[in-house]
Amino acid sequence: MREYFSNIWSGLFTVLVGMKITFKHLFEPAVTIQYPDEKPKLPERARNRLYVNMDDCIGCDQCSRACPVSCITIETVKGLPTDDIGKTSNGKKKALWVTKFDIDFAKCCYCQLCVFPCPTECIYMTETYEFAEYNRDNLNYSFVTLTPSEIEEKKENYAKLEAEKAAQKAAAAAAPKPAPKTEE
Amino acid sequence: MIIYDFLSELFGSPVLAAFIQSFIPLIFLIPFALFAVWLERKVSAFMQDRIGPNRVGAHGWLQTVADILKLIQKEDIVATNANKPLFNIAPVLVFAGSYLAFAAIPFSSAFIGSGIDLGLLFIVAASGFVVAGILMGGWASNNKYSLLGAVRSAAQVVSYEIPTVLVILSVVMLTGSLSLYELSEMQTSSFYNWVIFGGTAPTLQKILLIPFMFIGFIIIYISSLAEVNRTPFDIPEAESELVAGFHTEYSGMKFAMFFLAEYANMFAVSAIVSAIFLGGYQSPFGYLGNTIGWEWLVPIEQFFWFAAKGIFFVFVQMWLRWTLPRLRVDQLMALCWKYLIPIAFVNLLIIGIIVIL
Repeated sequence: MREYFSNIWSGLFTVLVGMKITFKHLFEPAVTIQYPDEKPKLPERARNRLYVNMDDCIGCDQCSRACPVSCITIETVKGLPTDDIGKTSNGKKKALWVTKFDIDFAKCCYCQLCVFPCPTECIYMTETYEFAEYNRDNLNYSFVTLTPSEIEEKKENYAKLEAEKAAQKAAAAAAPKPAPKTEE
Repeated sequence: MIIYDFLSELFGSPVLAAFIQSFIPLIFLIPFALFAVWLERKVSAFMQDRIGPNRVGAHGWLQTVADILKLIQKEDIVATNANKPLFNIAPVLVFAGSYLAFAAIPFSSAFIGSGIDLGLLFIVAASGFVVAGILMGGWASNNKYSLLGAVRSAAQVVSYEIPTVLVILSVVMLTGSLSLYELSEMQTSSFYNWVIFGGTAPTLQKILLIPFMFIGFIIIYISSLAEVNRTPFDIPEAESELVAGFHTEYSGMKFAMFFLAEYANMFAVSAIVSAIFLGGYQSPFGYLGNTIGWEWLVPIEQFFWFAAKGIFFVFVQMWLRWTLPRLRVDQLMALCWKYLIPIAFVNLLIIGIIVIL
């Protein structure tokens, strides 16, 4: 009998305790972040879309080699000795024309492994994470600053240089050399 | 009452007047249902530290209107193996059942659907009518979840009607009237005359009655919660186990009918509880209309108090819904048969003895 009444009491009492808690929450501010209108603050070192500052890129290909999913494709062409490719912000002289620097974000796994080997810190993570596309091909970003015609020109220049060198070599090879002494 | 006289004079026929009058509660009920759905979503959101609907209109108050517009446009799906006539009648019947209760509920001293003397008995009978509709819908859907939900609902409503009726009986013993209109008129002038404070009985009797009236009030509130299938007694539509219970197979306007019936029911039981125990449409203190001599203001004030009390209890129902988890079937039955009915019975006896004294 005692248990019967104590059950009733505890039942009613705990209901009231619960109601008190929910009533308190009625006046608590919502924790909702209304996403497209207001965005959550990203943590420091958040890993999102990559960006390449081509002014600093020396075309060393280290990021591409560090990439575990091979989403970075880099092609370079050697500059002519007379070309002024410019300097990086930390004072290194550039020697290569970067003719292709593509990052396929459909493949990218946002591991940030490409960021650390970069000697000029020109590849880094940005705060952009809203770049969904309807077509997967649109996720292949090109960071090259040279125009296609410029790229053609650089390639031709290099081919010419190579051809010249080859011609010189050939000429050197064809020129009569002092015959090796033969000791008999 | 005044509105009925006015209508019968206007149309010159009591039948036509009664017919027109039968639509008046609907004018209140549909906006109320829209408001209550919005309130429910807002209350649940705030209790869970969310925001809730806030896109359609200021604070999302047009959200339910948008929802209704969507439901009207929706395809009306009837499952192939459903029993079509019963399937189509069920939502109408459920809504009719909950609407019937409004016939005997006084909205203010100027308006009551029907001033019948057996109003309380009529409401108890009408709430049984809802079970028929639910059972019909659940069975005609030809779906095991619907049937389970409907059977659970029937078992629940039938069991919980007993404590309700026992408490109503104990109130009737005190007041001597089954008409909600008379009951409300008795509790006039001050909150101290409300039945929960012993009604208009002599002072000594009143003091003796108050604790037992409180117990009766709690019992009838709990059992009315069970009768409208609200959490913690929502096993008939337990989302996590029965999809949506008896209205799983319904879509479009028929679903909206069930929804409207649920909210109409919520208000009906709240209004009945407040009419029985808390003076119905009576103000807890005097009326402004009487004080400043505007007689016509009194019924409007009464309607305000009626709506305020009803909506307050609807809010408490929502509050409980977001506080308590659902009861198991055996716990539900245990609560009714082992706790509510014996206590209500003893309460009835004690109140009877006090009234005789």
